[in-house]
Amino acid sequence: MAYKTIVEDNIDVLVAGAGLGGTGAAFEARYWGQDKKIIIAEKANIDRSGAVAQGLYAINCYMGTRFGENNPEDHVQYARIDLMGIVREDLLFDMARHVDSAVHQFEEWGLPIMKDPVKDSYLREGRWQIMIHGESYKPIVAEAAKKNADKVYNRVCITHLLMDEVKENRIAGAVGFNVRTGDFHVFKSKTVICGAGGASNIFKPRSTGEGMGRTWYAPWSSGSAYGLMIEAGAKMTQMENRIVLARFKDGFGPVGAYFLHLKTYTQNGLGEEFESKWWPQLQEMVGKEYLDPELSHKTHRPIPTCLRNHAMISEVNAGRGPIHMVTMEAFQDPHLEEVGWENFLGMTISQAVLWAATDVDPKHENPELTTSEPYVMGSHATGSGAWCSGPEDVSPPEYFWGYNRMMTIEGLFGAGDAVGGTPHAFSSGSFTEGRLSAKAACRYIDDGKGEGIVVSDKRINELKEKIYKPMEHYKIYRNEVVAGDVNPNYINPRQGLDRLQKLMDEYCGGATVSYMTNEKLLSIGLKKLKVMEEDLEKLAASDFHELLRAWELMHRHRTAECVTQHTMFRKETRWPGYYYRGDAMKLDDENWHVLTVSRRDPDTGEYTMEKAPVYHLVKDGE
Amino acid sequence: MPTFVYMTRCDGCGHCVDICPSDIMHIDKTNRRAYNIEPTHCWECFSCVKACPQNAIDVRGYADFSPLGHSVRVDRDEDKGTIAWSVKYRDGREKSFLSPITTKPWGSCTPNLKEVVGPTQEQRDGELLFNEPKYIRFDDGGLHTLASNGLTLKQGVYY
Ligand SMILES: Cc1cc2nc3c(=O)[nH]c(=O)nc-3n(C[C@H](O)[C@H](O)[C@H](O)COP(=O)(O)OP(=O)(O)OC[C@H]3O[C@@H](n4cnc5c(N)ncnc54)[C@H](O)[C@@H]3O)c2cc1C
Ligand code: SF4
Ligand code: SF4
Repeated sequence: MAYKTIVEDNIDVLVAGAGLGGTGAAFEARYWGQDKKIIIAEKANIDRSGAVAQGLYAINCYMGTRFGENNPEDHVQYARIDLMGIVREDLLFDMARHVDSAVHQFEEWGLPIMKDPVKDSYLREGRWQIMIHGESYKPIVAEAAKKNADKVYNRVCITHLLMDEVKENRIAGAVGFNVRTGDFHVFKSKTVICGAGGASNIFKPRSTGEGMGRTWYAPWSSGSAYGLMIEAGAKMTQMENRIVLARFKDGFGPVGAYFLHLKTYTQNGLGEEFESKWWPQLQEMVGKEYLDPELSHKTHRPIPTCLRNHAMISEVNAGRGPIHMVTMEAFQDPHLEEVGWENFLGMTISQAVLWAATDVDPKHENPELTTSEPYVMGSHATGSGAWCSGPEDVSPPEYFWGYNRMMTIEGLFGAGDAVGGTPHAFSSGSFTEGRLSAKAACRYIDDGKGEGIVVSDKRINELKEKIYKPMEHYKIYRNEVVAGDVNPNYINPRQGLDRLQKLMDEYCGGATVSYMTNEKLLSIGLKKLKVMEEDLEKLAASDFHELLRAWELMHRHRTAECVTQHTMFRKETRWPGYYYRGDAMKLDDENWHVLTVSRRDPDTGEYTMEKAPVYHLVKDGE
Repeated sequence: MPTFVYMTRCDGCGHCVDICPSDIMHIDKTNRRAYNIEPTHCWECFSCVKACPQNAIDVRGYADFSPLGHSVRVDRDEDKGTIAWSVKYRDGREKSFLSPITTKPWGSCTPNLKEVVGPTQEQRDGELLFNEPKYIRFDDGGLHTLASNGLTLKQGVYY
């Protein structure tokens, strides 16, 4: 079959993936690039794509400097504590000082933000979170992006970034295909802002069978941001820092509002408080500096998310599960009961479906909690992603190479999950990062840095062949067997996904091994991933939908490989509760108070790993 | 299934196909009606349910952990700016909820930045974004910088 080729040339800013980060980028790019050509390529429909497709009930990153609530440095300090000391504080400070202006615009566009009935401010869920009626959060921000982009290509899955063939290490656009028509799309662009999101379904999910789609992060979070950037040779950081979520069992319904606003709390299967009894042992592992319950109690310093996971995992392993969320007290108040339900309906409807199906009324019974399988992303309580330049006025020289949020490839920018070292950005911070990278991308173009990009037809044809190979492969071999999916010449994307999840789970610290791994296991994992890569050459897709799944799998596989490399490199257990290195069970500040940085050589497939210094923000004179 | 489509209600309009973030609502060639082609990749996000003009799509909780006999129905109305939910338990209990989805006439208040006054060179060279600093603080204060906040970035093992 001949696949039609559609070329979009002379683009200034290409937004690859328009979730919260990408929409922010497309919107802001118009202001700094009034006459520039701004194009969006999105694998789904921008109105309901990405992690915010079903809505959110809270904006988790809002300073409230307008109401005198917090300064940017307060948020940096919080993120640093939560991530056990290892974050990019320059990028975080920059995000935090701009994030409020994004939120104020959302309100102007029509997003309903709840107000505090007493104070003249927004209703706080916690120190950083504000409550919203966010069912239409995504369609509202999508509207802003659609109005300001020259064109939105929905249903175009980006498979590869294009590199300039004249100037080394410079971006020149991207290619992909339309998942409905099958058309091949070429985007030649001076800059690319990658907003293709984080990764679910890399580790074996807790849910099985029909329920496999019930992941915490959306099942369509295919690790494409990482797959695209790693494949192009961009440096990555903190990829070992995967995240495990403590959530309501099976539905993965959110707990933030429950803990912070409804004041519910946890207990073990015997009805006892259990967290505190794990602190002494844990303090020996991580040191008093990172876990000091007395200080936390006195000063309200938060206990890091991973450490609270650790307590839950340990309690269950000690045989005192299940862990319950005590809702029965709060839910006696009809107003709080309503908030509890609307919280689910606003962002994890499945949890409401599940309670209706199992007759769980949290007013009369305390629902179960569980810890999820690991996810790889960079905007929640974790900071995996690309190694980016910071802003000129904040970053130390070694963290600054010309343009804010530009990666180690010239002209390639990122936002949200794509950017490494910036946890706790959430929806609003991701949108803000999109804005920051759009401004920087426009400046890069105005400085003439994107002039004269060249991509040869030869390269484009090579990629075209590569993209459709799974369909050709299917056509050649499907008739060798009578019927069915068992074929000695190929595997299909689903079979490949099962293999990836199983090996990552068993060798890289998934849920079924209680998040435990070690050097030996990781090196076996890497070998299996390499062999799997050979089988990915023989992936088969029977139609365009399966071709989408095929490329999602390739992006997940590349992400998984990078995660395993990083996990192997960091010889310590920095985030107990997210994962454990059984052969190095202690936090080791002497050797590992560093950011980990990797690069995969696109020609050889070899990884080089390095340590980069952490810079902490301190008060002058300290 | 998790989502499924009632045969008698669907008219094959394709709205659900157009919106599903997972690309799993497709039109069945024989019946000319929509169905979920890959339930294992359904997030139960309800995007298709909300988009269906015929109320033809429903969700039956994932088979591996949800007993039969429940329902969660939704009515999203952009004109009224509201979303209404009704949750029906297996044992027949019902709960209903109503929330706003927007405070403005739908889509009317997002600006086209081609139509606003463009940035000056000074703004281009500085750290401000569109509408800043006003939109950050709504007072006369400027953008936070390390200097304004009395901060330095210091390389260090301990903080
Ligand atoms: C259940 C849940 C609850 C959450 N709760 C909150 C909360 O209460 N408050 C809060 O502020 N944040 C919350 N978040 C976090 C927030 O949603 C994310 O931080 C944010 O959406 C990340 O933005 P992003 O742009 O990086 O990724 P996304 O928003 O996921 O966007 C990625 C985009 O890229 C597209 N894409 C992917 N691959 C490709 C490809 N190959 N080609 C083209 N396009 C592609 C996707 O379709 C998508 O549109 C929650 C997330 C989840 C899942
Ligand atoms: S509920 Fe969401 S994921 Fe499932 S079919 Fe509908 S739109 Fe797609
Ligand atoms: S939106 Fe409703 S009526 Fe239209 S095709 Fe889908 S299920 Fe059928």
